Amino acid sequence: MPIEDLHVVEEVPLFSLRGVTKNFGAVKALQGVDFDVYAGEVVAVVGDNGAGKTTLVKVLAGDHRATSGEILYQGEPVTIDSPADARELGIATVFQDLALCDNLDVVANLFLGREVGDMALDEVEMEQRAWALLRQLSAKLPTVRTPIASLSGGQRQTVAIARSLVGEPTVVVLDEPTAALGVAQTAEVLNLIERLRESGLGVVLISHNMADVQAVADRVVVLRLGKNNGEFRVPDVSYEQIIAAITGATDNAVSRRAQASTEGRQP
Amino acid sequence: MTTPTTGSNRVVTAPSKQRRIGDSLRAFKQRLSDGDLGSTPVVIGLIIIWVVFQILNPTFLTAPNLVNLALQCAAVGTISIGVVLVLLLGQIDLSVGSISGLAAAILGVTFVQWDWPVVASILLALTAGAAIGAVYGFLYTRFGVPTFIITLAGLLGVLGLQLWVLGDDGSINLPFDSWIVRFAQQMFLPDVVSYIAAVAAAGLYFWVTFRAQRRRAAAGLGSMHITETAIRALSLLALLGFGSWYLNKDRGIGLMFVLFVMLVVCANYMLTRTKWGRSVYAVGGNVEAARRAGIRVNRVYISVFMAATTFAALGGILAAARLAAANQSSGGSDVNLTAIAAAVIGGTSLFGGRGSAWSALLGIVVIMSISSGLTLLSLDSSVRYMVTGAVLLLAVIVDAISRRSRAVHGIA
Repeated sequence: MPIEDLHVVEEVPLFSLRGVTKNFGAVKALQGVDFDVYAGEVVAVVGDNGAGKTTLVKVLAGDHRATSGEILYQGEPVTIDSPADARELGIATVFQDLALCDNLDVVANLFLGREVGDMALDEVEMEQRAWALLRQLSAKLPTVRTPIASLSGGQRQTVAIARSLVGEPTVVVLDEPTAALGVAQTAEVLNLIERLRESGLGVVLISHNMADVQAVADRVVVLRLGKNNGEFRVPDVSYEQIIAAITGATDNAVSRRAQASTEGRQP
Repeated sequence: MTTPTTGSNRVVTAPSKQRRIGDSLRAFKQRLSDGDLGSTPVVIGLIIIWVVFQILNPTFLTAPNLVNLALQCAAVGTISIGVVLVLLLGQIDLSVGSISGLAAAILGVTFVQWDWPVVASILLALTAGAAIGAVYGFLYTRFGVPTFIITLAGLLGVLGLQLWVLGDDGSINLPFDSWIVRFAQQMFLPDVVSYIAAVAAAGLYFWVTFRAQRRRAAAGLGSMHITETAIRALSLLALLGFGSWYLNKDRGIGLMFVLFVMLVVCANYMLTRTKWGRSVYAVGGNVEAARRAGIRVNRVYISVFMAATTFAALGGILAAARLAAANQSSGGSDVNLTAIAAAVIGGTSLFGGRGSAWSALLGIVVIMSISSGLTLLSLDSSVRYMVTGAVLLLAVIVDAISRRSRAVHGIA
């Protein structure tokens, strides 16, 4: 299916990866991957372990430099060589480990590396903006002056996502945001993701959890062994089709199991 | 899209209420019970130490003894400020003693033997200190060698440098009438100035806090009630005023001690109110997070090592001035470990990311109080070392326990 038919909102993607390859020595983590993000959509990247999801994220985040291939920003070729480049282009990444400083409070973490104030820090301004950000996300936090260490997993994820918004990005990349969360906290994070989309951002969601993907994503890009292996609009695709694309076959352990249980029920 | 909407319409706004004094006390209690101890244990410990020594020997808390105690604190305390900075990064500098000795040697040779102006000698000594820190920072950031090893090598290497600078003389006496020696031994704040300074400090504290809190209230953020601000400022005034009055009964407050306290205040300001300070805590807390947040981590390491070694050099200069001599044992013996112990006893965590510049002041006062108290009891240094060692151990245990308690309360 050509990519142009799939996008939901706008003609020109915010970011496009064209034929991106990334080699780690002899290991080919990405082999000619195409990928687009549009404004105001949630695009999920799924794939089995080792499919290249995290490598793709890191190429976007500037952590890894693509071995070959093109990155386009609104149709113009750009290079992303460092996290600073990515940030300047408006890509904010929330890594799986969240990268928060446990010993610092919420405000300090939100503005880490881009503190407000010339000579002295402007704590009042930062705290006000922190509350505004959290309100925008309808986030539940008792106080913003508590060290990160005292927050729950969901609250930390909230802080990490809120932090990605401080630099007013155009694209937010979330790497397994719900992996370590309970049911209620997962729901909260999914709400956050929808709010990001509503505010017109492009959201890239890396996830293992098909329920989450089907709940919030508009589009699913499947990677397998470092290559594109299918791209679907979520409303048009079934769970089984995604699984088939991930595992590379319609006949696989998951589908056999599903079939067995259906047959089992029919006498 | 059908997602669960738990809490999606519950919006938390900023708490705009003004804290009453009761709220502040409750918050303080809560922090203590969570294991977020800060400087509380060392303040309590200091009070106990003072009471015990006063009971054992009534001369302990007399003005002349406390005047001396303050002067004794200044040199090693200054070194300890640098140690606090390094510990905040979760690193260590074992060579601060040697660096202070080298600074003393440079001061002695250039000022006395080569007849340099004292300011030039001091600047050269401080530059040498900063240069050593730059080398440490380069080695650490470039090769990733643990700072424990780098500074252990530095301890030996710089000690050698100190002996080489001193040459055959081994010991150089600084003239008693020189400005630097008088500064360290004989200059005290005049009585009037000390009271003016106490009022000014308390007034400044009140004014700055009051303005900040008014701004917070105007911005709709939680703020401190003016009564609490006033009580804090008055307590500060009472402490400084009483301290000045008591020390003024003897010679007064030594200028060298004033310099030390001012350095602590400056370091505290840098750590808590500037981007640089924030990045120091961030690197100490989670270096990878700091890197990803765009902080130039290597610069933070190098700047902190340079600051620490410069403080060590300054401490060495003060020690030499107080002794009126630079010799082969300058900065030797227990200077190194006393400076490190002071930072830890004062409440700076060995694990990085937690602590404050004030711990240098509190810690060195504890150590020097023990030293002075035991000397008054005519116990020799063998006992002093053992007691100081025990107190250090106690401080580290308190640090480890409070860390565990924070973990239990989910605020590791």
